[in-house]
Amino acid sequence: MPSLDQVLALNGGALKLRSQRLNMLASNIANASTPGYKAKDLDFDRAMQQAQNGSSIDQAMSDHTGYRVPLQPSLDGNTVELSVEQTLFAENAIQYRATLSFLQGQVSSIRRALKGE
Amino acid sequence: MSGNMNIFDVAGRAMSAQMVRLNTTASNLANARTDYSSKDEAFRAMRPVFRSVVEDNLATVDVDKVVQTDAEPQKRHDPTNPLADDEGYVWEAAVDETAELIDMLETARNYQNNVQVMQTAKSLILETIRNK
Repeated sequence: MPSLDQVLALNGGALKLRSQRLNMLASNIANASTPGYKAKDLDFDRAMQQAQNGSSIDQAMSDHTGYRVPLQPSLDGNTVELSVEQTLFAENAIQYRATLSFLQGQVSSIRRALKGE
Repeated sequence: MSGNMNIFDVAGRAMSAQMVRLNTTASNLANARTDYSSKDEAFRAMRPVFRSVVEDNLATVDVDKVVQTDAEPQKRHDPTNPLADDEGYVWEAAVDETAELIDMLETARNYQNNVQVMQTAKSLILETIRNK
């Protein structure tokens, strides 16, 4: 029988990756007008895949963090495009909520099993 | 988790930086169209210099310094002006009002974006810790 850690590992790891990606996108938005700033992002799919194959979350995250290629480069060398970052930020926030509700569902299932209802 | 900085520091410091930018814009606009009796004492527009501060996966922004632009003050012939020099010229402050107003709009938008980031992060974190 799998341990509780193993049961919650998938969604727990996904939640951590989601929150790290949220941090990165927030950093991009914060630096929207810093000359020379290069926007970074996390390739969630690949990072999650690597995490599922037994790698640590931090390792998976650093392996799949890359620089954004701007749709239209700006003169000051800044690669933040607010429309792109805002959309991804909103999308990522919703996906975080989704992962969180999966996790909450798992926890409440376990709780119900324990109570024997 | 990442060192000493969190998402609230990122958005908060970015908001402070944008606030400094808004203040310089306000100073520039306040001093626009003021006259001076010599080129050297004429007001020149000020600009903040932003610099990103990176820590692990987080990057926030600080105001490195506030510099004076090298825009040239315009000379205007106005002999009746009490500030006019011997030849009847005054110098106008080197402020491009249109550019300042556009800069102000951009600053306000960036500030709002950071507020939005903070609100979203706050609600996500609250949902997570209130995990029922």
